[in-house]
Amino acid sequence: MAIDRWIALVILLICLAYGYAAFFTMDQLLPPIMKQRPIWPSTFPKVLAVGGILLSLSIVLGIEKSPTKKEAADINLANLGEYKVGQALMLLGLMVAYALLLRPLGFLGSTFLFLFVGSFILGERRYVLMAVVSAIAAGFIWYLVDAVLGIFLSPLPAMLNGG
Amino acid sequence: MLEGLMTGLATAFTFTNILMVIGGCLIGTFIGMLPGLGPMSIIAIMIPVAITIGDPSAALILLAGVYYGAVFGGSTSSILINAPGVASTVATSFDGYPMTRQGKAGKALTVAAISSFAGGTIGAVLLMIFAPALASVALLFHSSEYFALMVVGLSAIAAFAGTGQVTKALLMTFLGLIMATVGEGVLFNAPRFTMGIMDLQSGFGFITLAMALFALPEAIFLVLDPNRSKSADGSDNSEIKDLRITRDEARRITPVIGRQSLQGFFIGVLPGAGATIASFLGYAVERNIASKEEQEQFGKGSVKGIAAPESANNAACTGSFVPLLTLGIPGSGTTAILLGALIALNVSPGPRLMVDEPQIFWAVIISMYLGNLVLLILNLPLIPYIAKVLAVPRNFLIPFILFFTLMGAYIGQNNATELLILVGFGVCATLLRFADYPLAPLLIGFILGPLLENNFSRAMQLYDGVGFIWDRPMTLALLVLAVILVVLPSYRQRRARDRAEGVAEGD
Repeated sequence: MAIDRWIALVILLICLAYGYAAFFTMDQLLPPIMKQRPIWPSTFPKVLAVGGILLSLSIVLGIEKSPTKKEAADINLANLGEYKVGQALMLLGLMVAYALLLRPLGFLGSTFLFLFVGSFILGERRYVLMAVVSAIAAGFIWYLVDAVLGIFLSPLPAMLNGG
Repeated sequence: MLEGLMTGLATAFTFTNILMVIGGCLIGTFIGMLPGLGPMSIIAIMIPVAITIGDPSAALILLAGVYYGAVFGGSTSSILINAPGVASTVATSFDGYPMTRQGKAGKALTVAAISSFAGGTIGAVLLMIFAPALASVALLFHSSEYFALMVVGLSAIAAFAGTGQVTKALLMTFLGLIMATVGEGVLFNAPRFTMGIMDLQSGFGFITLAMALFALPEAIFLVLDPNRSKSADGSDNSEIKDLRITRDEARRITPVIGRQSLQGFFIGVLPGAGATIASFLGYAVERNIASKEEQEQFGKGSVKGIAAPESANNAACTGSFVPLLTLGIPGSGTTAILLGALIALNVSPGPRLMVDEPQIFWAVIISMYLGNLVLLILNLPLIPYIAKVLAVPRNFLIPFILFFTLMGAYIGQNNATELLILVGFGVCATLLRFADYPLAPLLIGFILGPLLENNFSRAMQLYDGVGFIWDRPMTLALLVLAVILVVLPSYRQRRARDRAEGVAEGD
């Protein structure tokens, strides 16, 4: 089975769960006075669930024929081994780490680390240049966002900032 | 109309707003040149900035400037290194890159700039004529017609998705609508589908989703495939001389620009069609009607081959503002993001916009003229320097792109959970891209979801059930149209396959 049909299967499961919630669990908490209205909070989701289930089912079953040609610009999944999957996964991990460290480390520190480690993962080894670029960028962006645009970004680690 | 025009002029010609146009065009051009970052990603990245500005006219002018800039920047990288940053400039690379290889990069860029300028300007004139007329019709619409109209818009987007993609596009639309129901609705004060998670109380963030759907997968693709950001033969084309075009060439491209600006505009107005289809169609049409010896030139560096897609895609960009500003219905991913930004700025686009806040509407139109002019006079002499952006090593470029997507989701929310949602959705979106699912319908569904549900609910309440469908003939007609649009592609599919074979032979 091709990947697009596997994905359709996953979406089908999501729609089933969504439909179950819409049809069976949502209305239980609805006050009786609301039940006299022609539209309930669950009305629209019910329509969507049915539509989503039908559409994903038709892809899983392969009703619409899709063309065999592959866009030249896009990535061919068949030779995934030739691509830098490791790098991509590491960068995604780095983004998660950034999300978790942003508060405890503060904007300046975590951004510097993110840019530095990011270019390291991609194979850059000129450490001085990397450090300079990351430091200037982190400082400049913080200044731009905080001072020019007026959006508060906690620059330093939480404990130095007093929370 | 004249009165509105004056209001627009007064709004647009303030110091801040002119600065917004110039800044937007420059930022758009710079980022638009980077392979993989199309207008959608750039606008998504710029939205937090625009929202902080606070003034809706200025914000919209900035975003519109970024939009034109990005489209123009995309053509620059198509021409110089055969790496179209945007799908709508792929057609430009057919003739643009051969011209660069012949050492005529400067000329190619000039033709592109002039055609873009003409396309954009003619588009703006047409927008000025057609939008008010369409808006006055739209004022007669009730909630049931709005509901039906949005259904038409959504099905049109799916219908234009391309061969074998209609079911996928429809499914993506539904998924977007489903995601839009998460959180507290406007009509019902109870949270839905939050699974008890506090962070989902207000639903998914639209910027987060826009970043996750467009910017992040592109960045991941850049990481996966190092060749994606490199030029085909690695030659250095940073030397650009001879920007002038001859009188004969000017004579040859003038009718092309005229035709393609008109055609591109009307394609742009259609929901779901947009600049990409306009540019390909413009290229194909011009090649078909050119004389025999000129046809030979197409694909080998014909000035007509650059002028056609360039004027068409810019006119189409302008055209796509018509349904956005008059009906509040975005026809493309880019205008969907703009709609999201407008809603965040407390402006509700639609027929009332022109009545209630004419200064916003007209200022945007005036900014289109300004933006096109700025692109022409600012970018032409700057082209050789702008091209240097392409020399930024990817080891530095990619972390920055990733960082900007993170920042876009973080600024304004100040919520680190949003970043985790961004990464999670980004991975899902990348998988969907792998499997050839179109992502724009998902975002459009997500943005239109609340509007669709509100109008549906209001119509249901007014008519105490689904009676509004047959009680109001216009609603019924629109819904029938929506069904036709979804069914039609199976016919179009067969025709398109025949046509595709014809084009392949011509190449």
